[in-house]
Amino acid sequence: MNCNVMNQDNASVKRREMLDGAKATIPLIIGAIPFGIIFGTLAGPSGLSALGAIAMSVFVYAGSAQFIALGLLAAGAAVPVIIATTFVVNLRHILYAANLVPKVGHLSHRWRVMMAFGLTDETFAAVSNRFLLQDNTEHAHWFYLGSWLAMYGNWVLCTALGIALGELFPDMTDWGLDFAMSVTFIGMVVPYLKSKPMWGAVIVSGAIAMATIGMPHKLGLMVAALCGISTGLSMHLLLKRQSVSETAHE
Amino acid sequence: MNEVLLILGMFLVTFSVRYVLFGVAGKVRFPPWLTTGLSFVPPAVLTAIIVPAVLLPRGELWLRADNPWLLAGVFAALVSFWRRDLLTTIVAGMLCFMLLRFGFGF
Repeated sequence: MNCNVMNQDNASVKRREMLDGAKATIPLIIGAIPFGIIFGTLAGPSGLSALGAIAMSVFVYAGSAQFIALGLLAAGAAVPVIIATTFVVNLRHILYAANLVPKVGHLSHRWRVMMAFGLTDETFAAVSNRFLLQDNTEHAHWFYLGSWLAMYGNWVLCTALGIALGELFPDMTDWGLDFAMSVTFIGMVVPYLKSKPMWGAVIVSGAIAMATIGMPHKLGLMVAALCGISTGLSMHLLLKRQSVSETAHE
Repeated sequence: MNEVLLILGMFLVTFSVRYVLFGVAGKVRFPPWLTTGLSFVPPAVLTAIIVPAVLLPRGELWLRADNPWLLAGVFAALVSFWRRDLLTTIVAGMLCFMLLRFGFGF
């Protein structure tokens, strides 16, 4: 009896976590809707079949890499080049994972595979408060699952919708719906800007991204990000040393 | 066939990058400077995607007051500083963009 009550409580905790995870992802899903639709509409004109576009969203599930792949396909790039670019563009996920893994040591291998597959900019943004700022993360993986399922379902659905719309309105690719990706990322970056090192990281990253725009295979993205991160980290360490020596003098 | 290879390859590299740290979860400890460094990663990477996307929306530099990507991007950033709310930022930014592009024909 006691055990039953506990199981019920457990199930309701899990359900609530999943719902909360899905809810926390709603703003990001709204940003991803036009993004997924435009991916679907661009696929055909770029030379990817409708089935290929769906399969890419189902198996690869990486918005910005999928867009860049379409751009490269349209430009006639070879398959190995597209795969290498995907690798470079998605390297940032390793760093998202690094933020989350200290909290997943207690989970089974299957859970960790699920979390890895579902790791996107959006889900990381949605779950990072839950994982990094709250103490009780024992059931936080259910929160993650909720976020992932909502985001994934929406992405695949919007891809299909985009393919259908693209066939109905062939000039949709000119509308500029790609701005949805930029505006979502802007809304994700601004809350970080609370310290001088963070400002330094973002300013340097943006400037280097412009300076390296001509680099092949979007490598400028990685170069810019690394310069930004080094700037932020250096500023952080310098400011820390300064405040330590000031305290010592007092 | 080519598409199968493309998607399989993209899946393998994407999943590997996402999985590698989850696979060894709890067995690797990061020194504090690395953890601090990692906190700069998302804003740095996202900014490196945003800036070229709004300054070169058509593949060429468009640094003028009639670039709706740039104007709506700046507007969205201001809204985000003001309200600190993602959904408000996205809706306001998209509305501004649509208005500029289809209302004023930029």
